[in-house]
Amino acid sequence: MGIEILSPGLQTSIQDLGRYGLRKYGVIVSGAMDSFAHRVANILVGNDEGEATLEITLLGPKILFKEDTLISICGGNLSPKINNKLIPMWRPIYIKKNSILSFGENTQGARAYLAFAGSFAVDTVMGSKSTYLRAKIGGYNGRKLESGDMLNIEAPSAVSMKIINELLKVKGMKDYYYPKWGVSTSILPKYNSNSIIHVVKGGEFDFFCDSSKQNFFCKSYLITPQSDRMGYRLKGDLLELNRPMEMLSEAVALGTIQVPPDGNPIILLADRQTTGGYPKIAQVISIDIPIMAQRKPGDKINFKEITLREAEGLYIQREKDIKDLKNSLKIKFY
Amino acid sequence: MDNSGFVEISAMGECSVVIKFNDKIDIKTHLAISALGEYLDNNPFKGMIEYVPAFVSMTIFYNPLEVIRSVESQKELENKTAYEIVADKVKNIVNNIGKDSKVISRIVEIPVCYGGEFGPDLEYVAKYNNISKEKVIDIHSSCDNRVYMIGFAPGFPYLAGMSDKIAVPRKNTPRLCIPAGSVGIAGSQTGVYPISTPGGWQLIGQTPLELFKPDSDIPSIIKAGDIVRFKAISKAEYYDFKFRNQGELKWA
Repeated sequence: MGIEILSPGLQTSIQDLGRYGLRKYGVIVSGAMDSFAHRVANILVGNDEGEATLEITLLGPKILFKEDTLISICGGNLSPKINNKLIPMWRPIYIKKNSILSFGENTQGARAYLAFAGSFAVDTVMGSKSTYLRAKIGGYNGRKLESGDMLNIEAPSAVSMKIINELLKVKGMKDYYYPKWGVSTSILPKYNSNSIIHVVKGGEFDFFCDSSKQNFFCKSYLITPQSDRMGYRLKGDLLELNRPMEMLSEAVALGTIQVPPDGNPIILLADRQTTGGYPKIAQVISIDIPIMAQRKPGDKINFKEITLREAEGLYIQREKDIKDLKNSLKIKFY
Repeated sequence: MDNSGFVEISAMGECSVVIKFNDKIDIKTHLAISALGEYLDNNPFKGMIEYVPAFVSMTIFYNPLEVIRSVESQKELENKTAYEIVADKVKNIVNNIGKDSKVISRIVEIPVCYGGEFGPDLEYVAKYNNISKEKVIDIHSSCDNRVYMIGFAPGFPYLAGMSDKIAVPRKNTPRLCIPAGSVGIAGSQTGVYPISTPGGWQLIGQTPLELFKPDSDIPSIIKAGDIVRFKAISKAEYYDFKFRNQGELKWA
């Protein structure tokens, strides 16, 4: 029982919120690139927000449901369809057995998160179900999904069952059931924000020459095709240091923008190494990582500086929004 | 130890703080960082996620919301940011553990079968330094190598302590695949590869030890602060170790 992958799409992998506590041993964090969409997708089906989802990249898979299943799809819009009919995102959907989920045109973003009520029957490796593709660790046999893969989903929560019961009451539905409400767009990351990415200054910002400091905030940077879950390599005005500096390796973070000697910045993302030795010009604020994750090669971005205090305030507001969403669902279903 | 001379605390984004102890590598700095790590292991503060020690710095990752929540009253909070709260905490910790902390380093012995197919560059290292292969092995296995940090790849230790007498530049063209367990030299640094990866190091031997075990609770057998000693073993011992012990850790 569970689901069967009829075709895998470009890169569909199991991800949760990542591996923590082992970075001092060099273990890469991994996890969902757009953790906001991932968390909301879980919440909508009655899961713990750290449960694993499928991260679907640009070209979606085709999936056969072998039993009645509660799902939700959040994040980038890859035109999800059930039995060839478009279905809405950012809300729970109850799907009848033998239905086929497929995806179409990529109309916004790059990555969609597909949550199922319950949890994937795959091993937890070093505290996480996330797939780290490079080292073939975690997820489904350490790799992206392929045609013919069967995934079992275990033990939907009591909340999931209540959501299902409510959806079955919605009138006028046949193969699948979804509510009239969805997640309020006001709490979503500004996915279409003219490509502005907010940053705070990085540890070595002051070592860059004046014109580079200026260009970094005034000019656009292009996301090159050499971009993946590990990091996005950007192209634009070259960023130069006042004088060459020898840096000793130290820890890097999600969203660190480092500048190798060639002057082209790299934004470190989910599958980043734990440490690095390049100067760090800036740090993408946490709540803009989902926006970054929904950008794709060929897109342009602009960096805008905010203060650390503002970044913290936005972080706390985001957490509050997610908590409010949970509470409003609680009122409906608990 | 007196760390008060040089400690810089700065934010790396709103979820991590970097504590810089020095701007060059030395043993005192390393021990201060190890002491902080040990303190944080035993006394993690509320909101702390984890820490990563490096050559001259320690980075602590935290959840700003949890940190703010850990402050009891609004009055105590005084409009402080989570970063300011963490920075204050860390300053206190560093000042207090400085004086009487004693870090006891573990000694980890790593058996190595030198030369032959396991160390295709042993001869080059010998020729480059005008010494015999035996002498290279002798020198390499008699150094105490301190683990300053783990990074680059899961379980990969940055070591310091190798003698300059066997130093050698990296290969011009990196190998596409270095087998797991390979022991190599790059400049005056030695290292051991826990997982198979591309790399430009000159390979002088291989250990039968499994350094990185994703199925264990602590996946790396080496941690920052350890002292690594290499021990020469024969080919027969290598295979014996590999198939009988399946990579059990031996203590010196």
